[in-house]
Amino acid sequence: MKERLHELEREALAKIDQAGDLKALNEVRVAYLGKKGPITEVLRGMGALPPEERPKLGALANEVREAIQQALEAKQTKLEEEEIERKLAAEAIDVTLPGRPVRLGNAHPLTRVIEEIEDLFIGMGYTIAEGPEVETDYYNFEALNLPKGHPARDMQDSFYITEEILLRTHTSPMQARTMEKHRGRGPVKIICPGKVYRRDTDDATHSHQFTQIEGLVVDRHIRMSDLKGTLREFARKLFGEGRDIRFRPSFFPFTEPSVEVDVSCFRCEGHGCSVCKGTGWIEILGAGMVHPNVLEMAGFDSKTYTGFAFGMGPERIAMLKYGIDDIRHFYQNDLRFLRQFLRV
Amino acid sequence: MLVSYRWLSEYVDLTGITAKELAERITKSGIEVERVEALDRGMKGIVIGHVLECEPHPNADKLRKCLVDFGEGEPVQIICGAPNVAKGQNVAVAKVGAVLPGHFKIKRAKLRGEESNGMICSLQELGIETKVVPKAYADGIFVFPSDAPVGADALEWLGLHDEVLELSLTPNRADCLSMIGVAYEVAAILGRAVKLPEAVVKENDEMIRDYISVRVEAPEDNPLYAGRIVKNVRIGPSPLWMQARLMAAGIRPHNNVVDITNYILLEYGQPLHAFDYDRLGSKEIVVRRANEGETIVTLDDVERKLTDNHLVITNGREPVALAGVMGGANSEVRDDTKTVFIEAAYFASPVIRQAVKDHGLRSEASTRFEKGIDPARTKEALERAAALMAEYAGGEVVGGIVEASTWKEEPVVVTVTLERINGVLGTAMSKEEVAAILANLQFPFTEDNGTFTVHVPSRRRDIAIEEDIIEEVARLYGYDHLPATLPVAEAKPGGLTPYQAKRRRVRRYLEGAGLFQAITYSLTSPDKAARFALETAEPIRLALPMSEERSVLRQSLIPHLLEAVSYNRARQVENVALYEIGSVYLSRGENVQPAENERLAGVITGLWHAHLWQGEKKAADFYVTKGVLDGLFDLLGLSDRISYRPAKRADLHPGRTAEIALDGTVIGFVGQLHPAVQKEYDLKETYVFELALSELLNAESEAIRYELIPRFPSVVRDIALVVDDNIEAGALKQAIEEAGKPLLKDVALFDVYQGDRLPAGKKSLAFSLRYYDPERTLTDEEVTTVHERVLAAVEEQFGAVLRG
Ligand SMILES: [Zn+2]
Repeated sequence: MKERLHELEREALAKIDQAGDLKALNEVRVAYLGKKGPITEVLRGMGALPPEERPKLGALANEVREAIQQALEAKQTKLEEEEIERKLAAEAIDVTLPGRPVRLGNAHPLTRVIEEIEDLFIGMGYTIAEGPEVETDYYNFEALNLPKGHPARDMQDSFYITEEILLRTHTSPMQARTMEKHRGRGPVKIICPGKVYRRDTDDATHSHQFTQIEGLVVDRHIRMSDLKGTLREFARKLFGEGRDIRFRPSFFPFTEPSVEVDVSCFRCEGHGCSVCKGTGWIEILGAGMVHPNVLEMAGFDSKTYTGFAFGMGPERIAMLKYGIDDIRHFYQNDLRFLRQFLRV
Repeated sequence: MLVSYRWLSEYVDLTGITAKELAERITKSGIEVERVEALDRGMKGIVIGHVLECEPHPNADKLRKCLVDFGEGEPVQIICGAPNVAKGQNVAVAKVGAVLPGHFKIKRAKLRGEESNGMICSLQELGIETKVVPKAYADGIFVFPSDAPVGADALEWLGLHDEVLELSLTPNRADCLSMIGVAYEVAAILGRAVKLPEAVVKENDEMIRDYISVRVEAPEDNPLYAGRIVKNVRIGPSPLWMQARLMAAGIRPHNNVVDITNYILLEYGQPLHAFDYDRLGSKEIVVRRANEGETIVTLDDVERKLTDNHLVITNGREPVALAGVMGGANSEVRDDTKTVFIEAAYFASPVIRQAVKDHGLRSEASTRFEKGIDPARTKEALERAAALMAEYAGGEVVGGIVEASTWKEEPVVVTVTLERINGVLGTAMSKEEVAAILANLQFPFTEDNGTFTVHVPSRRRDIAIEEDIIEEVARLYGYDHLPATLPVAEAKPGGLTPYQAKRRRVRRYLEGAGLFQAITYSLTSPDKAARFALETAEPIRLALPMSEERSVLRQSLIPHLLEAVSYNRARQVENVALYEIGSVYLSRGENVQPAENERLAGVITGLWHAHLWQGEKKAADFYVTKGVLDGLFDLLGLSDRISYRPAKRADLHPGRTAEIALDGTVIGFVGQLHPAVQKEYDLKETYVFELALSELLNAESEAIRYELIPRFPSVVRDIALVVDDNIEAGALKQAIEEAGKPLLKDVALFDVYQGDRLPAGKKSLAFSLRYYDPERTLTDEEVTTVHERVLAAVEEQFGAVLRG
């Protein structure tokens, strides 16, 4: 009987080994470990043995059962793993196929530039002042020290609607409007972005509509050196640390002294390249100390208060920053152009 | 202003400073030098030759065979095509081996079989612009005066070994429209002296009052009028050096008398006019406003109609010049002129500007009057002109100056303290530094305990106040020496206003939703101005538009957005989604500023979503567009206050358009373009919207308050309601929400069916209703009670029945 049990063990282990799938394995389990299986059969014949032999045979039978059971489990795990492998292999996909697109638009490059500059000055304590695009002659010219008949009015050919109303030619009217609101008391610290209009024929470098950003600081003891420091800070934040600025004397009716402001070229670090036309410097802003007439007309005492103002063109800055070659791109709204400004 | 370096060096010592260096110094101190040009343009080997022989070319009608002597060596044969070449002339010759502008090298050549050893040059070939070449030589070679030394460097004689600085002058620096003015500027920069020209007039025994008298009837337009008579002049070419300087400055030489007036204009900035005295037709000059309808034929042979906006010089009866702008043809100096009346006057800028504007005539003279001249130098310039005419036109100057003047030199005295200078600039200059700068400017001044009292010379009419002096000091001190500081002020935080901050969030939302920001023009054509407008008003038209396309201010953003879509479609970009935030302009009456209302508009066309290899494709439609807006209202916390109502609006699809109301007031619309408009713009199915952004951003939204996150399960019941097909889903949904209060928390429409399985004229709308109580779990009975109420309400209001 002992031999029979060993024989059964060998037989069962061989069949387990041969079982190719879970179904076959289950058949082996039922055949050998079932209630009517051969091991049970052998144990039933135990009555024929002497009593002292019986426990030994019982123990042996349990050992055999255990061995078969373990073999079954091991095989089962193996078959199940194989099954999963097969399934996963069948589920494999081409990960290089395109993903489901998330639709994204983006801001216009001019808005990007304007917001960047706004944020930069907000960080320095400025607020944003906005005002009308259709202005009075008074705010657009007279309050800025450009009385009727002033020769500098020729510099800005304007779109008049009536004799007194016109499309603003610069964002500077906001200087006068904001100062008036302050009723002669500083400090005033504003940035004024917005659309402006001039009687220019549209071409690669001219646009009858464009944008401008004006800045104004009025307080006691504002010095021209403060203008220089502020604009240097601005240039470094916008064009990168290491930028320097220089002032060149200039003329604007609403500032005195007036300067043009150049920033050292961010492309060539001042060595000279096509962006800076070989000079190492790029003209970016017009600026100056607020003319006393402008202060006085807006209700500020020019003996106690001084101020500085500056103005720049987002189109020009965007053209420089992104290498855009034609100002008309900004107003054609060609998606092949707009789409290029997605990245942050 | 074109400034000859060599000419300038007659007034200021330029030793040790090249033209390039000078240009840099001038630019740094305030006047931009646009370019520096060497007039000899790399030319070499051009000499004055004498034409010994000149005969026709045997094989060519238009060519001449010349024998030219250079003063040394054998004369050579040169073939010349110029029609004016002749025996006995002194001409500019580029010898074999010479170089002309553009690296053009002269070689020995054979022209139609005849040898040519060089080239006789026109002025154009020597790099001079045709418009300044004297008319006599414009179509041929230049002929030197007979005393020009044969063999000499022709370029030297033509003043071409020189450099010209082109100054770009801002309107305040009219003083630099003269060589003397530039000399003062350069002297201030270099700290050197100015040498002024001297004019010694030798007068004859006659008295000018026997020749002419002057009366000014418009003293405001003409505060100073002075004149001199020069008789027995011989009209001929002016000296070559003078012609050369005029050409270098961009002025064409004419004859000695006219050239001298132009030379003085350049030297002093004082325009002069020379009349032929014998042709004046009277012995008096009367300066007055023109009579209405009066005419004058100007030097350019154009008859000009005058009004009383124009100032004229008359002979007491009729105009002989348009004052300060151009002389009259009737009194022009000609070859036979014997006696010249030289006018030196100060005309006020407004009347000259008006004439320039009305007649489209701008001259060197009018430009200077427009910008303002220095009347203190007017008579000095007259003296110098008279002296030059005596010297170079062989004239005899009649005794005395005729003059009518109401002009009085008003001294300009400005005081400024050292403290103020340093306070405004942020510098730490010393008294001595400021004093040195004022001295270099040649501004007389006194200094007392840090207070400078400056007597501003009349040539600097741009300086009148303290800040003007501060600017002069600053620019000559050098902005490079200005320190860089930051304003010392109380620290106040900057920031965006709530409106500005919300507007930025709206932008980011729309961009995140897939729309690109467009910026279009505010000016449009009259037919587009009010199209699509939410609100219309009288069109606002420019007084002087550049084109009809850009003549009126827009009242809606949509027309230009549609143009942008067309533009893209024409470039094979079919799927377009754009938004724009910008103002529309609504008139509030003439001569008042219009209302500028900020609008948000958008346009969507083509595929909204496509993931083609997975078979997904969604074309833009009304609901895509509406969905974008719904998200926006959610973002602004206004969803509960927004309603959509079907609407008919011009240019939009009558069945696919909704007006959008905020708290019942219409603030915008969304809809499909009318097919006719789609066709007009060459568009496919296109959806647009426009909203009064300012209304949306100014609407107060409720502050955010945290609500408990649901702790109890909610109960969801789905219903399909059959209603007449004209019933609006929105109304039905609203009725459900009303009836289900307060337990009904959400109502979502999830299916719309219309078709064979329903009777004609009916549709089924399926809603998912979610019931919830934050305090407890609802029982089935409680939900059923409310649900029955909902069903009863919709049946009563809409005849809705549950779909079986
Ligand atoms: Zn560069």
